[in-house]
Amino acid sequence: MINLNEVEQTNRMIEQESLDVRTITLGISLLDCISNRLDELNKNVYNKITTVAKDLVATGAAIERKYGIPIVNKRISLTPISIIGASACKTPDDFVSLAQTIDRAAKEVDVNFVGGYSALVSKGMTTADLNLIKSIPKALSLTERVCSSVNVGSTKTGIDMDAVKLLGEVILETAELTKDQDSIGCAKFVVFCNAPDDNPFMAGAFHGITEGDSVINVGVSGPGVVKTAIAKVRGADFGTLCETIKKTAFQITRVGQLVAQEAAERLNVPFGIVDLSLAPTPAVGDSVADILEEIGLEYVGAPGTTAALALLNDHVKKGGVMASSYVGGLSGAFIPVSEDQGMINAVQAGALTIEKLEAMTCVCSVGLDMIAIPGDTTASTISGIIADEMAIGMINQKTTAVRIIPVKGKKVGDIVEFGGLLGYAPVMPVSNFSCEAFINRGGRIPAPIHSFKN
Amino acid sequence: MNKTIITVIGKDRVGIIAKVCTYLAECNINILDISQTIVNGYFNMMMIVDTTNSCKSFDELVSDLERVGMETGVSIKAQHEDIFSKMHRL
Repeated sequence: MINLNEVEQTNRMIEQESLDVRTITLGISLLDCISNRLDELNKNVYNKITTVAKDLVATGAAIERKYGIPIVNKRISLTPISIIGASACKTPDDFVSLAQTIDRAAKEVDVNFVGGYSALVSKGMTTADLNLIKSIPKALSLTERVCSSVNVGSTKTGIDMDAVKLLGEVILETAELTKDQDSIGCAKFVVFCNAPDDNPFMAGAFHGITEGDSVINVGVSGPGVVKTAIAKVRGADFGTLCETIKKTAFQITRVGQLVAQEAAERLNVPFGIVDLSLAPTPAVGDSVADILEEIGLEYVGAPGTTAALALLNDHVKKGGVMASSYVGGLSGAFIPVSEDQGMINAVQAGALTIEKLEAMTCVCSVGLDMIAIPGDTTASTISGIIADEMAIGMINQKTTAVRIIPVKGKKVGDIVEFGGLLGYAPVMPVSNFSCEAFINRGGRIPAPIHSFKN
Repeated sequence: MNKTIITVIGKDRVGIIAKVCTYLAECNINILDISQTIVNGYFNMMMIVDTTNSCKSFDELVSDLERVGMETGVSIKAQHEDIFSKMHRL
């Protein structure tokens, strides 16, 4: 039988070490909403979301009560909208109307974000893909809860550099249209290589076309729990350190699995995956950077950071896979800058640069995340940063992403406030040497040699 | 059997257990196990109870116990057993 110590340990994790379930994300297929009439499509999409997700928030709240653990976000991911709108949406503005419909539906069912305003263009863009991409700045400036993503590359297909070039411009335009809110539109947009179909985390969640009608995916968290656990083995060798991370990740993931199964059962929706992630928040003590520092770094960004992150990421997975029957999504440690107080401190101390963050993305989940850069950065430089990150993903057969915010009117060292879970960030310097001729070539980078496995 | 873990944490005083047990008896909730420690005047108790025949819903149980806790000046939580057993047992 459960004993007092075990109960105390679990409740200490929840109450003092910020253990929570970061998100329950309900994936909804919109394929059956497709129509060639825009008004019909808008109506179908609104009805589908508000019907399938009507009990999502209440169910999440009931599970929180049953187990006494916070479930921070309840969210929805949708089939990539470029597919859903391909027949009805003839112009970027047609797509914007769909974004506004999705935003209204999100407010109706009271979820804080809906992902899937997306296009998958890793090999080429259809007319609909192009229209959706062009609509992103307006769509993100006119909606509050819609998140957008574009997958521009994969190990199997290479990188669509035409899309990479276009997205540099799209990001700048999004920043301009939301400049009165510190260019927050860009915080709701992410560029991917090897995007997973079942990621529950925003801004990159979408319901892949390989998925069923609906699915429940859960993202766990708990950097504070890992930090506290490894603080108890300070100075011990790597074997002991890794074992401690693994055991803790196991415990965290078991909670995620429990909540995922319960949510799936209550909503009568199949359980998809648990995303084994360490996702920080701006709250003190809920930081991945703090873990890296506890491992032995003065600040994140110091030599040794990439190795520390690599072992952390690997042992989170090793502990997590044992705890869940299906894992997926992004699974790994997240290293957003604005959403992690330790990362912010490291930037302000001059220890952490974009170039070091890029190296770190080779060994952990996702990529350059929530990084504020000067508002006068050129589109080609942003495209260059995206291309570098996509290449890391393509060659290493992993997911990489870029969520970067060129903040209009802000320069290096200024502080940008996004609010809530998005946090705040110091504006980081970007290399100003030009890559324009590289980006202007156009076309596609071919798939790497190791993609030919057949 | 539907097992729930009730934890009570707070400054020790007369009648904490009595108050919680009276409430549970009124709700037809059977106590299976009680363990407690007192460190530096701080009371830490855990009960394992069976809520199969409870006349209250789980939600009511949680809020009622929170209220009893407030009246007694301690913190009382009720959580389904699974969160602990999943975390600590294979």
